[in-house]
Amino acid sequence: MWITVKDMRKFKEFIIEKLILICGIASIFFVVLIFLFLLKEGFSVFNTVSPFNFLFGKSWYPISEPPQLGILPLILGSLLVTLGAAIISIPIGVGCAIYIAEVVPGKIKEILKAGIELLAAIPSVVLGFIGMVTLVPLVKNVFHLPTGLTALSGSIMLAFMAMPTIVSIAEDALYSIPKTYKEGALALGATHWQTIWRVMLPAASSGILAAIMLGIGRVIGETMAVMMITGNAAVIPDSILAPVRTLTATIAAEMGEAVVGSEHYFALFAVGIVLFVISFIINVTADLCLHKRQ
Amino acid sequence: MKKNPYRTQNIAFFFLFLATLLIVVPVGLIVVIIIQKGLPAINWQFLSDIPRHGMRAGGIFPAIIGTVYLVTGAIIFALPIGLLAAIYLSEYSKDNLLNRVIKLAIVNLAGVPSVVYGLFGLALFVIFFKFGASILSGSLTLGIMILPIIITTSREALESVPQSFREVSLSLGASKWQTIRHVVLPNAIPGILTGTILGLGRAAGETAPILFTVAAFYLPQLPASIFDQAMALPYHLYVISTQVPNVDEKIRYGTAFVLLALVLFMNLVAIIIRTKFRKKKKW
Repeated sequence: MWITVKDMRKFKEFIIEKLILICGIASIFFVVLIFLFLLKEGFSVFNTVSPFNFLFGKSWYPISEPPQLGILPLILGSLLVTLGAAIISIPIGVGCAIYIAEVVPGKIKEILKAGIELLAAIPSVVLGFIGMVTLVPLVKNVFHLPTGLTALSGSIMLAFMAMPTIVSIAEDALYSIPKTYKEGALALGATHWQTIWRVMLPAASSGILAAIMLGIGRVIGETMAVMMITGNAAVIPDSILAPVRTLTATIAAEMGEAVVGSEHYFALFAVGIVLFVISFIINVTADLCLHKRQ
Repeated sequence: MKKNPYRTQNIAFFFLFLATLLIVVPVGLIVVIIIQKGLPAINWQFLSDIPRHGMRAGGIFPAIIGTVYLVTGAIIFALPIGLLAAIYLSEYSKDNLLNRVIKLAIVNLAGVPSVVYGLFGLALFVIFFKFGASILSGSLTLGIMILPIIITTSREALESVPQSFREVSLSLGASKWQTIRHVVLPNAIPGILTGTILGLGRAAGETAPILFTVAAFYLPQLPASIFDQAMALPYHLYVISTQVPNVDEKIRYGTAFVLLALVLFMNLVAIIIRTKFRKKKKW
């Protein structure tokens, strides 16, 4: 039997199309793979410490004997920094999104959007460096503190990482509202601001909510800047002007020294599981918000 | 007295303007400070010499080369997979549950914290596959991390090719793959290029994923193979600003400048390609 050119082509296309399908589902494969490997390495920690004591234990002394593996100080550190960053970035970010989407004229709008995109592109280690040399001394002097490496410094710097996400997604949400809504409100005699406040913001609310959630997700997962400017003290913080250590910074700072297969090593992977689950919940919820709109 | 709605509007717009300034001015300041203090440190010796005296003198050449290797490796891995995945989503998938789950997976992949990618790379590539801390492990980790960027931008580029192009090609007797290969892909290349460059920029700037998979604290020589450790620009900046005392400020700012210039340049190129393409679009 002869194999014709046409058969060859059909065979080639069959292979290519299967390859395309495999790559199509690769994303699912990688998400599952990440979760499985975190579980594989991190789950062993629960042989030494119960999940409850791990999550709510008040002291993190991973290399003392026996190690104390409670990540409550780290969770609270992450929460405090994130809360601070959210308070700063949400009003500014949403305000800027409205300004770009509605107020500013065409040419400047494009420049502003490119500027926001560039902010998103600045590597976090560069922002951390800039924070160290400018913001940290400033916070120290303004509040008369022994050190400027505080949760507040981290919050301010992280707010700048959340803003690009918040601005671009919220701007998208405002932009995709049907023009008729706006025209209708204006035709009824509402001012431009009344239209924005009473008609457009409510119509875009689920998109703006998603923008805020994704911004917060970025803050919780941020590692380098936060490690460089929050002071890295793994104690339960008593004020926003105290040094803290976040979940991400703990992994980044300690994994280099943890012995593979030790309880410390397992515990750091378990912290990774906590982070993965948090980001999973945030992203799925935000995605549902974005889809509800359509 | 009746409230004047136009006055309210002016006040509101003023605050919106203020919010925008609060973002734009600090960003401008950051860039200006780094250029002002970093640019004087840049000379041929700084770019081409190895670090000397415990990184307190000399240049950053091995870190630049390390970053180039890592980024190249990441794109070699991520571009084919990302592009084929984008083709699947835009040309083959139907609006069903699988499609929905894939999109959700991409969103999640984009949202996984960078340090968790580091952990994953450590567990899978360094320990499980026994690649050790090496350029290979680091490139693969960065590659998976930038996959969502490449898929999303490539998909948008493919989907923006008008349906009529495909219909004409199919009606002339071309097969589905021939249509994609010769009609859809060539028209989507600028968009795919944009996504690739954005992915490169992201991979060049990330530190956390390479912390435990490749980065060498101090390695004053060039890597010889993909199984070697390497220095990298972002990690080098982290090291000389927090781990090594008494590093000359000039070296820190110089390193920050090179890293920022590299990343912003790539993003600028991506933005320019996109704008040009939008203007030139014939349909």
